[in-house]
Amino acid sequence: MSERFIAEHIKTLKPSGIRRFFDLAQSMEGVISLGVGEPDFTTPWSVIEASYHSLERGFTAYTPNAGLPQLRRSIAKFLSARFSVDYDSKDEIIVTVGASQAIDIAFRSILNPGDEVIVMEPSFVSYVPTITLAGGVPVIVDTHEHNQFKLSKDALEQAITKKTKAVLICSPNNPTGAVLDKEDLEGISDVIKAHDLLVISDEIYADLIYDEAYTSIASLEGMKERTLLVSGFSKAFAMTGWRLGYVCGPEGLISQMLKIHQYTIMSAPTMAQYGAIEALENGLGEVAYMKESYKQRRNYVVKALTRMGLSCHTPGGAFYVFPSVKSTGLTSAEFAERLLMEEKVAVVPGSVFGESGEGYIRCSYAASMKQLTEAMVRIEQFVNKLKAKA
Amino acid sequence: MTEKALEMLRLLEKNAAYSNALLADLLDISIDEVKNIRQTLEDQAVILGYQTLIDWTKVLNTELVTAMIEVKVTPTRGKGFDQVAERIYRFKEVKALYLMSGSYDLSITIEAQSMMEISRFVSDKLSPLDSVMSTVTHFILKKYKHDGVIFNQEEDQDPRMMVTP
Repeated sequence: MSERFIAEHIKTLKPSGIRRFFDLAQSMEGVISLGVGEPDFTTPWSVIEASYHSLERGFTAYTPNAGLPQLRRSIAKFLSARFSVDYDSKDEIIVTVGASQAIDIAFRSILNPGDEVIVMEPSFVSYVPTITLAGGVPVIVDTHEHNQFKLSKDALEQAITKKTKAVLICSPNNPTGAVLDKEDLEGISDVIKAHDLLVISDEIYADLIYDEAYTSIASLEGMKERTLLVSGFSKAFAMTGWRLGYVCGPEGLISQMLKIHQYTIMSAPTMAQYGAIEALENGLGEVAYMKESYKQRRNYVVKALTRMGLSCHTPGGAFYVFPSVKSTGLTSAEFAERLLMEEKVAVVPGSVFGESGEGYIRCSYAASMKQLTEAMVRIEQFVNKLKAKA
Repeated sequence: MTEKALEMLRLLEKNAAYSNALLADLLDISIDEVKNIRQTLEDQAVILGYQTLIDWTKVLNTELVTAMIEVKVTPTRGKGFDQVAERIYRFKEVKALYLMSGSYDLSITIEAQSMMEISRFVSDKLSPLDSVMSTVTHFILKKYKHDGVIFNQEEDQDPRMMVTP
Protein backbone atom coordinates (compact mmCIF):
# COMPACT_ATOMS: atom_id res chain seq x y z
CA MET A 1 0.00 0.00 0.00
CA SER A 2 1.22 3.46 -0.79
CA GLU A 3 2.30 5.56 2.19
CA ARG A 4 0.72 8.61 0.62
CA PHE A 5 -2.74 7.18 1.34
CA ILE A 6 -2.39 8.11 5.00
CA ALA A 7 -2.88 11.66 6.24
CA GLU A 8 0.19 13.12 7.92
CA HIS A 9 -1.58 14.11 11.13
CA ILE A 10 -2.88 10.55 11.53
CA LYS A 11 0.54 9.03 10.99
CA THR A 12 1.85 11.00 13.92
CA LEU A 13 -1.08 10.09 16.17
CA LYS A 14 0.17 7.61 18.76
CA PRO A 15 -1.88 4.45 19.38
CA SER A 16 -3.20 4.20 22.95
CA GLY A 17 -0.66 2.84 25.44
CA ILE A 18 -3.38 0.60 26.75
CA ARG A 19 -3.40 -1.38 23.53
CA ARG A 20 -0.13 -3.25 24.01
CA PHE A 21 -1.19 -4.22 27.48
CA PHE A 22 -4.54 -5.40 26.23
CA ASP A 23 -2.93 -7.72 23.68
CA LEU A 24 -0.68 -9.21 26.36
CA ALA A 25 -3.50 -9.82 28.87
CA GLN A 26 -5.83 -11.19 26.22
CA SER A 27 -3.30 -13.85 25.20
CA MET A 28 -3.13 -15.35 28.72
CA GLU A 29 -5.35 -17.79 30.60
CA GLY A 30 -6.59 -17.57 34.17
CA VAL A 31 -6.12 -13.83 34.44
CA ILE A 32 -8.19 -11.79 36.91
CA SER A 33 -8.69 -8.44 35.31
CA LEU A 34 -8.88 -5.23 37.28
CA GLY A 35 -8.11 -3.47 34.03
CA VAL A 36 -11.63 -3.00 32.83
CA GLY A 37 -13.07 0.50 32.52
CA GLU A 38 -16.70 -0.58 32.58
CA PRO A 39 -19.22 -1.97 35.08
CA ASP A 40 -19.28 -5.68 35.89
CA PHE A 41 -23.07 -5.51 36.15
CA THR A 42 -25.19 -6.16 33.10
CA THR A 43 -27.72 -3.54 32.02
CA PRO A 44 -30.86 -3.55 34.22
CA TRP A 45 -33.33 -6.04 32.78
CA SER A 46 -36.16 -3.52 32.44
CA VAL A 47 -33.94 -1.47 30.12
CA ILE A 48 -33.14 -4.48 27.96
CA GLU A 49 -36.81 -5.41 27.94
CA ALA A 50 -37.89 -1.91 26.92
CA SER A 51 -35.42 -2.02 24.06
CA TYR A 52 -36.76 -5.44 22.94
CA HIS A 53 -40.23 -4.05 23.06
CA SER A 54 -39.31 -1.09 20.86
CA LEU A 55 -37.90 -3.52 18.28
CA GLU A 56 -41.03 -5.68 18.43
CA ARG A 57 -43.14 -2.64 17.72
CA GLY A 58 -40.97 -1.95 14.71
CA PHE A 59 -39.35 1.25 15.98
CA THR A 60 -36.32 0.75 13.81
CA ALA A 61 -36.19 4.00 11.86
CA TYR A 62 -33.92 7.03 12.35
CA THR A 63 -34.84 9.36 15.17
CA PRO A 64 -34.60 13.15 14.99
CA ASN A 65 -30.92 14.22 14.80
CA ALA A 66 -30.83 15.42 18.39
CA GLY A 67 -32.50 12.23 19.65
CA LEU A 68 -36.03 11.12 20.56
CA PRO A 69 -37.92 14.09 22.06
CA GLN A 70 -39.15 11.85 24.88
CA LEU A 71 -35.58 10.84 25.74
CA ARG A 72 -34.40 14.46 25.69
CA ARG A 73 -37.25 15.40 28.00
CA SER A 74 -36.29 12.55 30.34
CA ILE A 75 -32.66 13.69 30.32
CA ALA A 76 -33.70 17.28 31.12
CA LYS A 77 -35.93 16.09 33.96
CA PHE A 78 -33.20 13.82 35.33
CA LEU A 79 -30.50 16.53 35.30
CA SER A 80 -32.82 19.04 36.88
CA ALA A 81 -33.90 16.73 39.69
CA ARG A 82 -30.48 15.25 40.32
CA PHE A 83 -28.00 18.07 39.80
CA SER A 84 -30.15 21.23 39.70
CA VAL A 85 -29.20 22.11 36.13
CA ASP A 86 -32.02 23.06 33.80
CA TYR A 87 -31.81 22.48 30.08
CA ASP A 88 -34.46 22.98 27.42
CA SER A 89 -35.01 19.57 25.84
CA LYS A 90 -35.94 21.25 22.54
CA ASP A 91 -32.65 22.91 21.68
CA GLU A 92 -30.09 22.46 24.43
CA ILE A 93 -29.50 18.66 24.34
CA ILE A 94 -28.06 16.28 21.74
CA VAL A 95 -28.18 12.52 22.24
CA THR A 96 -24.85 11.14 21.04
CA VAL A 97 -23.07 7.87 20.36
CA GLY A 98 -21.48 7.63 23.79
CA ALA A 99 -20.01 10.53 25.72
CA SER A 100 -16.96 10.12 23.47
CA GLN A 101 -18.82 11.41 20.42
CA ALA A 102 -20.13 14.31 22.46
CA ILE A 103 -16.57 15.29 23.35
CA ASP A 104 -15.50 14.90 19.72
CA ILE A 105 -18.19 17.17 18.30
CA ALA A 106 -17.63 19.62 21.12
CA PHE A 107 -13.98 20.12 20.20
CA ARG A 108 -14.64 20.11 16.49
CA SER A 109 -17.23 22.85 17.00
CA ILE A 110 -15.15 25.17 19.14
CA LEU A 111 -11.52 24.87 18.04
CA ASN A 112 -9.77 26.95 15.43
CA PRO A 113 -6.34 25.63 14.43
CA GLY A 114 -3.91 26.34 17.26
CA ASP A 115 -6.52 27.01 19.94
CA GLU A 116 -5.46 25.59 23.27
CA VAL A 117 -7.48 23.34 25.54
CA ILE A 118 -6.40 22.75 29.13
CA VAL A 119 -6.68 19.13 30.22
CA MET A 120 -6.07 17.77 33.70
CA GLU A 121 -3.96 14.62 33.85
CA PRO A 122 -3.88 11.75 34.71
CA SER A 123 -6.98 11.50 32.56
CA PHE A 124 -8.96 9.35 30.18
CA VAL A 125 -6.82 8.36 27.19
CA SER A 126 -9.05 9.89 24.50
CA TYR A 127 -9.07 13.55 25.50
CA VAL A 128 -5.68 14.57 24.12
CA PRO A 129 -6.00 12.78 20.75
CA THR A 130 -9.55 14.13 20.31
CA ILE A 131 -8.31 17.69 20.83
CA THR A 132 -5.40 17.10 18.45
CA LEU A 133 -7.66 15.61 15.78
CA ALA A 134 -9.87 18.69 16.00
CA GLY A 135 -6.85 20.89 15.27
CA GLY A 136 -6.44 22.10 18.84
CA VAL A 137 -3.44 22.07 21.11
CA PRO A 138 -3.78 20.18 24.39
CA VAL A 139 -2.14 21.89 27.36
CA ILE A 140 -1.61 19.50 30.26
CA VAL A 141 -2.07 20.47 33.89
CA ASP A 142 -0.82 17.73 36.18
CA THR A 143 -2.71 16.73 39.29
CA HIS A 144 -1.06 15.06 42.27
CA GLU A 145 -1.73 12.52 44.98
CA HIS A 146 -0.94 14.99 47.80
CA ASN A 147 -3.80 17.12 46.46
CA GLN A 148 -6.15 14.12 45.97
CA PHE A 149 -5.56 14.47 42.21
CA LYS A 150 -7.73 17.59 42.10
CA LEU A 151 -7.30 20.35 39.56
CA SER A 152 -6.24 23.43 41.52
CA LYS A 153 -7.31 26.86 40.38
CA ASP A 154 -3.74 28.15 40.69
CA ALA A 155 -2.35 25.47 38.39
CA LEU A 156 -5.19 26.21 36.00
CA GLU A 157 -4.50 29.95 36.08
CA GLN A 158 -0.83 29.37 35.26
CA ALA A 159 -1.64 27.23 32.22
CA ILE A 160 -3.81 29.89 30.58
CA THR A 161 -2.41 31.77 27.59
CA LYS A 162 -3.95 34.10 25.01
CA LYS A 163 -4.74 31.04 22.90
CA THR A 164 -6.64 29.18 25.60
CA LYS A 165 -10.17 28.46 24.47
CA ALA A 166 -11.50 25.82 26.82
CA VAL A 167 -10.87 23.69 29.88
CA LEU A 168 -11.79 20.03 30.06
CA ILE A 169 -12.61 18.64 33.47
CA CYS A 170 -13.74 15.18 34.47
CA SER A 171 -15.16 14.61 37.94
CA PRO A 172 -15.27 11.92 39.23
CA ASN A 173 -12.12 11.22 37.29
CA ASN A 174 -10.93 8.21 35.37
CA PRO A 175 -8.31 6.92 36.37
CA THR A 176 -7.85 8.62 39.77
CA GLY A 177 -11.43 8.61 41.08
CA ALA A 178 -10.85 12.21 42.21
CA VAL A 179 -13.92 14.33 42.81
CA LEU A 180 -14.03 18.11 42.48
CA ASP A 181 -16.34 19.34 45.22
CA LYS A 182 -18.39 22.52 45.16
CA GLU A 183 -15.60 24.63 46.60
CA ASP A 184 -13.04 23.32 44.10
CA LEU A 185 -15.44 24.00 41.26
CA GLU A 186 -16.19 27.52 42.46
CA GLY A 187 -12.47 28.31 42.39
CA ILE A 188 -12.12 26.85 38.92
CA SER A 189 -15.24 28.71 37.71
CA ASP A 190 -13.85 32.05 38.88
CA VAL A 191 -10.75 31.52 36.73
CA ILE A 192 -12.80 30.32 33.78
CA LYS A 193 -15.12 33.31 33.93
CA ALA A 194 -12.27 35.79 34.41
CA HIS A 195 -10.61 34.57 31.21
CA ASP A 196 -13.83 34.08 29.24
CA LEU A 197 -13.25 30.37 28.68
CA LEU A 198 -15.57 27.50 27.92
CA VAL A 199 -15.61 24.38 30.07
CA ILE A 200 -16.27 20.89 28.83
CA SER A 201 -17.37 18.93 31.85
CA ASP A 202 -17.25 15.17 31.42
CA GLU A 203 -19.76 13.98 34.04
CA ILE A 204 -20.06 10.36 32.93
CA TYR A 205 -19.32 9.14 36.49
CA ALA A 206 -21.49 11.76 38.26
CA ASP A 207 -23.92 9.18 39.63
CA LEU A 208 -21.14 7.04 41.04
CA ILE A 209 -20.04 9.31 43.86
CA TYR A 210 -19.77 7.94 47.38
CA ASP A 211 -19.05 10.47 50.07
CA GLU A 212 -20.90 13.69 49.25
CA ALA A 213 -23.54 15.15 47.00
CA TYR A 214 -22.47 15.77 43.42
CA THR A 215 -22.04 19.30 42.13
CA SER A 216 -22.11 19.98 38.42
CA ILE A 217 -20.06 23.00 37.36
CA ALA A 218 -23.00 23.95 35.11
CA SER A 219 -25.11 24.57 38.22
CA LEU A 220 -22.80 27.32 39.50
CA GLU A 221 -23.62 31.00 39.07
CA GLY A 222 -22.92 32.24 35.55
CA MET A 223 -21.51 28.92 34.35
CA LYS A 224 -24.34 27.36 32.37
CA GLU A 225 -23.75 29.68 29.39
CA ARG A 226 -20.09 28.61 29.23
CA THR A 227 -20.41 24.89 29.98
CA LEU A 228 -20.88 21.84 27.81
CA LEU A 229 -22.12 19.14 30.14
CA VAL A 230 -21.21 15.73 28.74
CA SER A 231 -22.63 12.55 30.19
CA GLY A 232 -24.21 9.27 29.21
CA PHE A 233 -25.63 5.94 30.20
CA SER A 234 -22.52 3.76 30.08
CA LYS A 235 -21.28 3.84 33.65
CA ALA A 236 -24.16 4.48 36.07
CA PHE A 237 -26.67 2.36 34.15
CA ALA A 238 -24.12 -0.27 33.06
CA MET A 239 -24.85 0.38 29.39
CA THR A 240 -21.37 0.69 27.86
CA GLY A 241 -22.10 -1.42 24.79
CA TRP A 242 -25.26 0.53 23.96
CA ARG A 243 -23.09 3.51 23.01
CA LEU A 244 -25.38 6.25 24.24
CA GLY A 245 -24.42 9.59 25.69
CA TYR A 246 -25.53 13.18 25.57
CA VAL A 247 -24.29 16.72 25.64
CA CYS A 248 -26.11 19.75 27.03
CA GLY A 249 -25.19 23.37 26.58
CA PRO A 250 -26.21 26.81 25.38
CA GLU A 251 -28.51 26.70 22.35
CA GLY A 252 -26.10 28.73 20.19
CA LEU A 253 -23.35 26.16 20.61
CA ILE A 254 -25.55 23.06 20.59
CA SER A 255 -27.05 24.09 17.24
CA GLN A 256 -23.54 24.31 15.74
CA MET A 257 -22.59 20.92 17.17
CA LEU A 258 -25.79 19.47 15.80
CA LYS A 259 -24.57 20.26 12.26
CA ILE A 260 -21.56 17.95 12.67
CA HIS A 261 -23.73 15.34 14.36
CA GLN A 262 -26.34 15.37 11.61
CA TYR A 263 -23.81 15.11 8.78
CA THR A 264 -21.63 12.42 10.35
CA ILE A 265 -23.90 10.32 12.58
CA MET A 266 -27.49 11.26 11.66
CA SER A 267 -28.85 9.99 14.97
CA ALA A 268 -27.86 7.72 17.82
CA PRO A 269 -29.10 4.10 17.64
CA THR A 270 -32.89 4.01 18.01
CA MET A 271 -33.26 0.85 20.12
CA ALA A 272 -30.65 2.17 22.54
CA GLN A 273 -32.59 5.41 22.89
CA TYR A 274 -35.77 3.54 23.84
CA GLY A 275 -33.78 1.57 26.41
CA ALA A 276 -32.36 4.81 27.81
CA ILE A 277 -35.83 6.28 28.37
CA GLU A 278 -36.65 3.28 30.57
CA ALA A 279 -33.29 3.64 32.35
CA LEU A 280 -34.08 7.23 33.35
CA GLU A 281 -37.73 6.64 34.17
CA ASN A 282 -37.43 3.39 36.15
CA GLY A 283 -33.76 2.47 36.47
CA LEU A 284 -32.62 4.66 39.34
CA GLY A 285 -33.30 1.99 41.96
CA GLU A 286 -30.81 -0.28 40.20
CA VAL A 287 -28.31 2.58 40.01
CA ALA A 288 -28.59 3.03 43.78
CA TYR A 289 -28.00 -0.68 44.30
CA MET A 290 -24.93 -0.74 42.04
CA LYS A 291 -23.59 2.41 43.65
CA GLU A 292 -23.77 0.91 47.14
CA SER A 293 -21.96 -2.15 45.92
CA TYR A 294 -19.18 -0.07 44.27
CA LYS A 295 -18.78 1.96 47.42
CA GLN A 296 -18.34 -1.17 49.55
CA ARG A 297 -15.82 -2.59 47.13
CA ARG A 298 -13.94 0.70 47.08
CA ASN A 299 -13.71 0.61 50.87
CA TYR A 300 -12.40 -2.93 50.72
CA VAL A 301 -9.84 -2.38 47.95
CA VAL A 302 -8.42 0.83 49.45
CA LYS A 303 -7.98 -0.94 52.79
CA ALA A 304 -6.47 -4.08 51.26
CA LEU A 305 -3.96 -2.10 49.16
CA THR A 306 -3.00 0.15 52.05
CA ARG A 307 -2.42 -2.89 54.28
CA MET A 308 0.04 -4.34 51.78
CA GLY A 309 1.94 -1.07 51.72
CA LEU A 310 0.72 0.53 48.50
CA SER A 311 -0.33 4.06 49.42
CA CYS A 312 -3.73 4.78 48.04
CA HIS A 313 -5.84 7.94 48.31
CA THR A 314 -9.53 7.23 48.86
CA PRO A 315 -11.25 8.04 45.59
CA GLY A 316 -14.57 9.83 45.99
CA GLY A 317 -16.17 8.40 42.87
CA ALA A 318 -16.04 6.30 39.67
CA PHE A 319 -14.85 2.69 40.11
CA TYR A 320 -11.10 3.02 40.14
CA VAL A 321 -8.42 3.20 42.77
CA PHE A 322 -5.06 4.65 41.83
CA PRO A 323 -2.44 3.35 44.26
CA SER A 324 1.18 4.39 44.16
CA VAL A 325 3.70 1.65 43.36
CA LYS A 326 6.70 3.94 43.85
CA SER A 327 7.69 2.11 47.06
CA THR A 328 8.41 -1.01 44.99
CA GLY A 329 11.03 0.77 42.90
CA LEU A 330 9.33 -0.34 39.70
CA THR A 331 7.84 1.91 37.02
CA SER A 332 4.10 1.57 36.52
CA ALA A 333 4.61 -0.35 33.29
CA GLU A 334 7.11 -2.73 34.90
CA PHE A 335 4.84 -3.29 37.88
CA ALA A 336 1.79 -3.94 35.72
CA GLU A 337 3.62 -6.22 33.32
CA ARG A 338 5.32 -8.29 36.01
CA LEU A 339 2.11 -8.53 38.04
CA LEU A 340 0.38 -9.87 34.95
CA MET A 341 3.13 -12.37 34.07
CA GLU A 342 3.89 -13.54 37.62
CA GLU A 343 0.51 -13.40 39.38
CA LYS A 344 -1.95 -13.13 36.50
CA VAL A 345 -3.67 -9.96 37.61
CA ALA A 346 -4.26 -7.29 34.98
CA VAL A 347 -4.14 -3.64 36.04
CA VAL A 348 -3.41 -0.61 33.89
CA PRO A 349 -0.12 1.28 34.25
CA GLY A 350 -0.83 4.86 35.35
CA SER A 351 1.57 6.18 32.72
CA VAL A 352 -0.92 5.52 29.92
CA PHE A 353 -3.11 8.25 31.44
CA GLY A 354 -0.38 10.88 31.16
CA GLU A 355 3.12 11.47 32.48
CA SER A 356 1.88 12.38 35.93
CA GLY A 357 0.35 8.91 36.16
CA GLU A 358 3.83 7.40 36.27
CA GLY A 359 4.39 5.59 39.56
CA TYR A 360 0.75 4.60 39.88
CA ILE A 361 -1.48 1.82 38.64
CA ARG A 362 -5.20 1.90 37.95
CA CYS A 363 -7.19 -0.92 39.53
CA SER A 364 -10.85 -1.10 38.60
CA TYR A 365 -13.10 -2.48 41.31
CA ALA A 366 -15.88 -3.13 38.85
CA ALA A 367 -15.32 -6.83 39.49
CA SER A 368 -17.08 -9.39 41.69
CA MET A 369 -16.06 -9.71 45.35
CA LYS A 370 -14.77 -13.18 44.52
CA GLN A 371 -12.46 -11.75 41.87
CA LEU A 372 -11.46 -8.80 44.02
CA THR A 373 -10.52 -10.83 47.08
CA GLU A 374 -8.49 -13.26 44.96
CA ALA A 375 -6.81 -10.35 43.11
CA MET A 376 -5.84 -8.73 46.42
CA VAL A 377 -4.26 -12.00 47.60
CA ARG A 378 -2.24 -12.21 44.39
CA ILE A 379 -1.16 -8.56 44.44
CA GLU A 380 -0.06 -8.94 48.04
CA GLN A 381 2.01 -12.01 47.15
CA PHE A 382 3.64 -10.03 44.37
CA VAL A 383 4.38 -7.02 46.57
CA ASN A 384 5.81 -9.26 49.32
CA LYS A 385 8.04 -10.97 46.78
CA LEU A 386 9.35 -7.58 45.67
CA LYS A 387 9.94 -6.54 49.29
CA ALA A 388 11.80 -9.79 50.06
CA LYS A 389 14.18 -9.17 47.17
CA ALA A 390 14.80 -5.55 48.08
CA MET B 1 -31.35 1.37 63.23
CA THR B 2 -28.15 2.92 61.94
CA GLU B 3 -27.30 3.25 58.25
CA LYS B 4 -24.32 0.89 58.75
CA ALA B 5 -26.56 -1.76 60.33
CA LEU B 6 -28.97 -1.54 57.41
CA GLU B 7 -26.10 -1.78 54.95
CA MET B 8 -24.73 -4.80 56.81
CA LEU B 9 -28.13 -6.50 56.66
CA ARG B 10 -28.31 -5.93 52.90
CA LEU B 11 -24.85 -7.49 52.51
CA LEU B 12 -25.62 -10.49 54.71
CA GLU B 13 -28.94 -11.08 53.01
CA LYS B 14 -27.00 -11.55 49.76
CA ASN B 15 -24.14 -13.51 51.26
CA ALA B 16 -24.27 -14.85 54.80
CA ALA B 17 -20.76 -16.22 54.44
CA TYR B 18 -19.08 -12.79 54.62
CA SER B 19 -16.58 -12.80 57.48
CA ASN B 20 -16.53 -10.07 60.11
CA ALA B 21 -13.17 -8.88 58.76
CA LEU B 22 -14.45 -8.53 55.22
CA LEU B 23 -17.64 -6.83 56.42
CA ALA B 24 -15.51 -4.36 58.36
CA ASP B 25 -13.61 -3.46 55.18
CA LEU B 26 -16.72 -3.23 53.04
CA LEU B 27 -18.56 -1.05 55.54
CA ASP B 28 -15.50 0.99 56.48
CA ILE B 29 -15.86 0.29 60.22
CA SER B 30 -13.83 -1.75 62.74
CA ILE B 31 -14.22 -5.48 63.26
CA ASP B 32 -15.43 -4.82 66.81
CA GLU B 33 -18.16 -2.56 65.47
CA VAL B 34 -19.21 -5.31 63.06
CA LYS B 35 -19.35 -7.81 65.93
CA ASN B 36 -21.41 -5.40 68.02
CA ILE B 37 -23.88 -4.68 65.26
CA ARG B 38 -24.18 -8.38 64.48
CA GLN B 39 -24.75 -9.23 68.15
CA THR B 40 -27.43 -6.56 68.51
CA LEU B 41 -29.21 -7.70 65.36
CA GLU B 42 -29.13 -11.30 66.56
CA ASP B 43 -30.34 -10.34 70.03
CA GLN B 44 -33.21 -8.37 68.56
CA ALA B 45 -34.02 -11.37 66.35
CA VAL B 46 -33.63 -9.17 63.28
CA ILE B 47 -31.13 -11.74 62.07
CA LEU B 48 -32.97 -15.03 62.60
CA GLY B 49 -30.38 -17.37 61.20
CA TYR B 50 -27.81 -18.02 58.49
CA GLN B 51 -28.82 -20.52 55.85
CA THR B 52 -27.23 -21.86 52.71
CA LEU B 53 -29.04 -21.92 49.41
CA ILE B 54 -28.52 -25.36 47.89
CA ASP B 55 -29.48 -26.72 44.51
CA TRP B 56 -30.44 -30.23 45.66
CA THR B 57 -31.10 -31.38 42.10
CA LYS B 58 -27.34 -31.49 41.62
CA VAL B 59 -26.88 -33.82 44.58
CA LEU B 60 -27.53 -37.47 43.70
CA ASN B 61 -30.39 -39.33 45.40
CA THR B 62 -31.42 -36.40 47.51
CA GLU B 63 -33.95 -34.80 45.22
CA LEU B 64 -36.86 -33.41 47.16
CA VAL B 65 -40.40 -32.83 46.04
CA THR B 66 -41.81 -29.40 46.69
CA ALA B 67 -45.46 -28.45 46.55
CA MET B 68 -47.43 -25.30 47.14
CA ILE B 69 -50.81 -25.85 48.73
CA GLU B 70 -53.64 -23.35 48.62
CA VAL B 71 -55.84 -23.74 51.68
CA LYS B 72 -59.26 -22.29 52.45
CA VAL B 73 -59.94 -22.19 56.17
CA THR B 74 -62.58 -20.97 58.62
CA PRO B 75 -61.05 -18.42 60.96
CA THR B 76 -61.49 -19.03 64.71
CA ARG B 77 -63.52 -16.54 66.75
CA GLY B 78 -61.16 -14.21 68.59
CA LYS B 79 -58.04 -15.72 67.04
CA GLY B 80 -58.62 -15.08 63.34
CA PHE B 81 -56.31 -17.15 61.16
CA ASP B 82 -53.47 -17.31 63.65
CA GLN B 83 -54.62 -20.40 65.50
CA VAL B 84 -55.04 -22.57 62.43
CA ALA B 85 -51.83 -21.14 60.99
CA GLU B 86 -49.93 -22.27 64.05
CA ARG B 87 -51.43 -25.76 63.80
CA ILE B 88 -50.00 -25.91 60.30
CA TYR B 89 -46.61 -24.21 60.55
CA ARG B 90 -45.53 -26.43 63.44
CA PHE B 91 -45.24 -29.40 61.04
CA LYS B 92 -41.54 -29.80 60.25
CA GLU B 93 -42.17 -30.40 56.55
CA VAL B 94 -43.88 -27.01 56.14
CA LYS B 95 -41.17 -24.71 54.81
CA ALA B 96 -43.24 -21.57 54.45
CA LEU B 97 -46.70 -20.40 55.36
CA TYR B 98 -48.36 -17.16 54.32
CA LEU B 99 -51.78 -15.63 54.85
CA MET B 100 -52.95 -14.46 51.44
CA SER B 101 -55.41 -12.00 50.01
CA GLY B 102 -57.58 -13.32 47.16
CA SER B 103 -59.43 -16.53 46.50
CA TYR B 104 -57.82 -18.67 49.22
CA ASP B 105 -56.49 -17.97 52.70
CA LEU B 106 -53.25 -19.78 53.44
CA SER B 107 -50.38 -20.65 51.14
CA ILE B 108 -48.17 -23.52 52.29
CA THR B 109 -44.84 -24.49 50.82
CA ILE B 110 -44.00 -28.03 51.71
CA GLU B 111 -40.99 -30.20 51.01
CA ALA B 112 -40.81 -34.00 51.21
CA GLN B 113 -38.98 -37.03 49.85
CA SER B 114 -41.77 -38.09 47.51
CA MET B 115 -45.15 -37.12 46.07
CA MET B 116 -46.68 -39.85 48.21
CA GLU B 117 -45.38 -38.25 51.33
CA ILE B 118 -46.90 -34.92 50.39
CA SER B 119 -50.23 -36.45 49.51
CA ARG B 120 -50.20 -38.26 52.86
CA PHE B 121 -49.54 -34.94 54.57
CA VAL B 122 -52.52 -33.39 52.84
CA SER B 123 -54.91 -36.28 53.47
CA ASP B 124 -53.80 -37.29 56.94
CA LYS B 125 -52.72 -34.06 58.56
CA LEU B 126 -53.91 -30.99 56.76
CA SER B 127 -57.42 -31.81 55.50
CA PRO B 128 -58.65 -33.34 58.77
CA LEU B 129 -58.06 -30.08 60.64
CA ASP B 130 -61.47 -28.69 61.68
CA SER B 131 -60.87 -25.25 60.20
CA VAL B 132 -59.61 -26.48 56.85
CA MET B 133 -62.39 -26.31 54.24
CA SER B 134 -60.48 -27.22 51.09
CA THR B 135 -57.00 -27.66 49.65
CA VAL B 136 -55.47 -27.43 46.18
CA THR B 137 -51.98 -28.90 45.79
CA HIS B 138 -49.53 -27.71 43.12
CA PHE B 139 -46.26 -29.57 42.65
CA ILE B 140 -43.21 -27.57 41.63
CA LEU B 141 -41.74 -29.01 38.44
CA LYS B 142 -38.62 -26.89 38.13
CA LYS B 143 -37.00 -24.10 40.12
CA TYR B 144 -35.75 -21.26 37.98
CA LYS B 145 -35.13 -18.72 40.68
CA HIS B 146 -35.35 -18.88 44.46
CA ASP B 147 -34.80 -16.09 46.97
CA GLY B 148 -33.37 -13.86 44.25
CA VAL B 149 -30.90 -16.45 43.01
CA ILE B 150 -31.18 -17.86 39.50
CA PHE B 151 -30.65 -21.62 39.35
CA ASN B 152 -28.62 -23.33 36.67
CA GLN B 153 -27.15 -20.11 35.41
CA GLU B 154 -24.50 -20.57 32.78
CA GLU B 155 -20.97 -20.51 34.15
CA ASP B 156 -20.06 -16.94 35.10
CA GLN B 157 -18.71 -15.63 31.85
CA ASP B 158 -17.42 -12.10 31.86
CA PRO B 159 -18.22 -10.75 28.40
CA ARG B 160 -15.97 -7.74 28.91
CA MET B 161 -12.58 -7.33 27.28
CA MET B 162 -9.58 -7.79 29.57
CA VAL B 163 -8.38 -4.21 29.51
CA THR B 164 -10.34 -1.15 28.43
CA PRO B 165 -9.66 2.55 28.96
